[in-house]
Amino acid sequence: MTDDSVLLEVADLRVDFGAVRAVDGLSFTLPAGESLGLVGESGSGKSTVAAALLGLHRTGGAEVSGSIVLDGTDVQRASDAELRRLRGARAAMVFQDPLSALDPYWSIGAQIAEVHRLHTGSSRRAAAERAVQVLDRVGIPDAARRAAAHPHEFSGGMRQRALIAMALACTPKLLIADEPTTALDVTVQAQILDLLHELRVEHRMALLLVTHDLGVVAGNTDRVLVMRGGRAVEHGSVAEVLGAPADPYTRELVSAVPRLDARREPSTATTGDVLLSVRELRKEYPVANHGLLGRRERLAALDGVSLDLHRGEALGVVGESGSGKTTLGRLLVRLLEPTAGRILFEGRDLAHASERELRPVRRELQMVFQDPLSSLNPRRTIGDAIADPLRVQDRAGEAQARAAVGELLERVGLQPDWYGRYPHELSGGQRQRVGIARALALRPKVLVCDEPVSSLDVSTQAQVVRLLAELQREFGLTLVFVAHDLAVVRQVSDRIAVMRAGRVVELGDADDVYENPQHPYTRQLLAAVPVPDPVVEGDRRLARAALAGSVAGSVLQ
Amino acid sequence: MIRFLVRRTVSTLTVMLVLSVVVYLVFYAAPHDPALLVCGKGCDGARLAVVRHKLGTDLPLWQQYWQFLHGLLAGRDFDAGTDITHCAAPCFGYSFQTDQPVLGMITARLPLDASLTVGAAVLWLLIGIGAGVLSALRRGGIGERALTGVTLAGMAMPVFLVGLLLMMLFCGYLQWLPFPTYVPFTQDPSAWAANLVLPWISLALVTAASYARMTRSSLLETLAEDHIRTARAYGLGERRIVLGHALRGALTPVITLLAMDLGGLLGGAQLTESVFGFDGIGRLLVESVNKIDLPVVVGVTLFAGFFIVIANALADLLYALADPRVGLR
Repeated sequence: MTDDSVLLEVADLRVDFGAVRAVDGLSFTLPAGESLGLVGESGSGKSTVAAALLGLHRTGGAEVSGSIVLDGTDVQRASDAELRRLRGARAAMVFQDPLSALDPYWSIGAQIAEVHRLHTGSSRRAAAERAVQVLDRVGIPDAARRAAAHPHEFSGGMRQRALIAMALACTPKLLIADEPTTALDVTVQAQILDLLHELRVEHRMALLLVTHDLGVVAGNTDRVLVMRGGRAVEHGSVAEVLGAPADPYTRELVSAVPRLDARREPSTATTGDVLLSVRELRKEYPVANHGLLGRRERLAALDGVSLDLHRGEALGVVGESGSGKTTLGRLLVRLLEPTAGRILFEGRDLAHASERELRPVRRELQMVFQDPLSSLNPRRTIGDAIADPLRVQDRAGEAQARAAVGELLERVGLQPDWYGRYPHELSGGQRQRVGIARALALRPKVLVCDEPVSSLDVSTQAQVVRLLAELQREFGLTLVFVAHDLAVVRQVSDRIAVMRAGRVVELGDADDVYENPQHPYTRQLLAAVPVPDPVVEGDRRLARAALAGSVAGSVLQ
Repeated sequence: MIRFLVRRTVSTLTVMLVLSVVVYLVFYAAPHDPALLVCGKGCDGARLAVVRHKLGTDLPLWQQYWQFLHGLLAGRDFDAGTDITHCAAPCFGYSFQTDQPVLGMITARLPLDASLTVGAAVLWLLIGIGAGVLSALRRGGIGERALTGVTLAGMAMPVFLVGLLLMMLFCGYLQWLPFPTYVPFTQDPSAWAANLVLPWISLALVTAASYARMTRSSLLETLAEDHIRTARAYGLGERRIVLGHALRGALTPVITLLAMDLGGLLGGAQLTESVFGFDGIGRLLVESVNKIDLPVVVGVTLFAGFFIVIANALADLLYALADPRVGLR
């Protein structure tokens, strides 16, 4: 096929890493100026495909077969020099983690200028000017001055913009974006996606968007290719694939996506009396010292929060990074000591209680952590991890502890005889189940979950959320669910607290907050969540543009 | 920056104070009487008392130490009843066995150790970093395996063996170079270099191995980082990636290693000095320990400690200059 309008043609692509086949016979074409979403869960091979398009596997240990023709260049047969002329000039890649994807030792402007000089042979001065120009185009304020800044001096969203600016430097025909917004807050994600959309229209660039998020695909690509285990399971227009998925896996994936508008059954065990409450809670951290005498500056992570937690209810705490939601979660179980304020649990103030006074209360207040791998000791079996609290608090004997662990493992959906397994033998979702079993071992009254599903794939996420909701009902738990994902939070919460900059800006019943948000920030947050429906997403993009002006200070994070 | 300097100065002084206390304590506890050694054979009780008074060893420990500190800051006199010896500030002590102020003994030998160390450092950085980069880039090849073998051999080989072999070859059989004797740079630069070439090479060969290993592992780590992948994805060539982007980050740990080595060697390179028959600070220390010449031992130890602390402060400074993310605190 030598059709001029076809920019990228991939046929029967296979990528092997040793004995592992990461991509298995994938074929697709991308016409010039069009956009394709490559969707899949972790391990589906989607990022491997993206890297193969630029021939990036040559330096690694991978074996690539099949054919890739990108803008007339046969990527498989091209010489190293030909390939280098393609990379960044005609096809540019935007990577996921913008902090590690930029050289920490070079200024942002210099890195962009280097790419421009390399491909256009421009003068130093012209390249530097081009860098400022593209930085300005992607919305970096005061670009001429900020071009001299190093990556660590930029926020996450600004670094992502800088990476896009780098991709833009030589005005490529194809933009390959590998999870370009995964590390970002939801409002920043919306800004970045809107920016990509604008640039694409402006320069008529083709876009290959690699993501795990069906919502991101819906609003930003014409077609979508769903991958699983290195193969394409479904390929078609976004409206078809998301609206009426033909393949059972796609159907499962689409239904697993948490929906913002899904109401839930209220918790049955709610009695209305207050179990745990905090008053004017404040937590400060010392930050950098300045000047000769080291005047110590303090940053308030939590800036005067008061709320009541009713027995048996589920409270969702949502906010973006830096909002203080994790700090609040840790204070609620007194893992941290507050700088000021009160933490009242069953009538006692725990704010400044000693470790010894806290000991008996600890069993009532338990926590599930975000990263199940790093919060489990890799050198100890999961059985021992779950049994530890029993041994410490209940002085349980060996047989007793083992029996209890077996029951707990079974209850969270694992095999009861997995006592001797180690964390690395388990998948992410299974590890998080272990974390939940450990927290439940002492039958606590309050369970605080800090981003319990944010590191999991969508389908696993749905299972773990369902499990938490079940357990909450079964044990009459008072649940605090801290997360950045508004749709996930809605699935488990009776009430919602929306946090921003260390304060609760809105607190109310979940249905009220989601359907009739009062605070402009809540409205902005809700508008930013990508929805897996291309028609809705189009409207939302327009709505976001209208909203952008109304919330000061959050347009450029 | 000012804050950094103030903090560093305070910590340097503290380290040196602690060092001097420890050295004093150790020697006070030693079973020898320094006065007896100075006094020599056929020493009677009265003469011994005079010597003790002159050395100050008749005083309690804390007074001896106090006098030492006083001498360091304001100078002191050593009074033997008949003759008075003045030692001006900063007085690091006075060696009665050789009848010289300690500071003079050290500074007389410092140019030798400085020439030896700095020259060798330039060589071992070139060899070590070069070999490290090569072995990181030619991973798994024959050349890399050979380099690894050589570096391992270098680490295993003591400097006196390398030094002796080199001298045997170049000064004995081939007679290309003179048997090393130290010629000051100011006197004859070419003779200075010709005499130091073998010591430089042997010290560098032995030290370069650890630099090669560190450069290799650190460079491999950096090359696996995401920003290197970005550079590749934007069409940069391998040479440019390694020299322009990877090496800078990879060399920061080397700075720390270099500072430690320089600081240590400036305070005396005992083995190298003795192989080549140089009368340097290291040899001075060894001889003084054998002769129980307490003032010299204290002086040299303090000096060596001073160099190490200064070198570390410099390393932190360089580190901050090299890496924009590191601030000076």
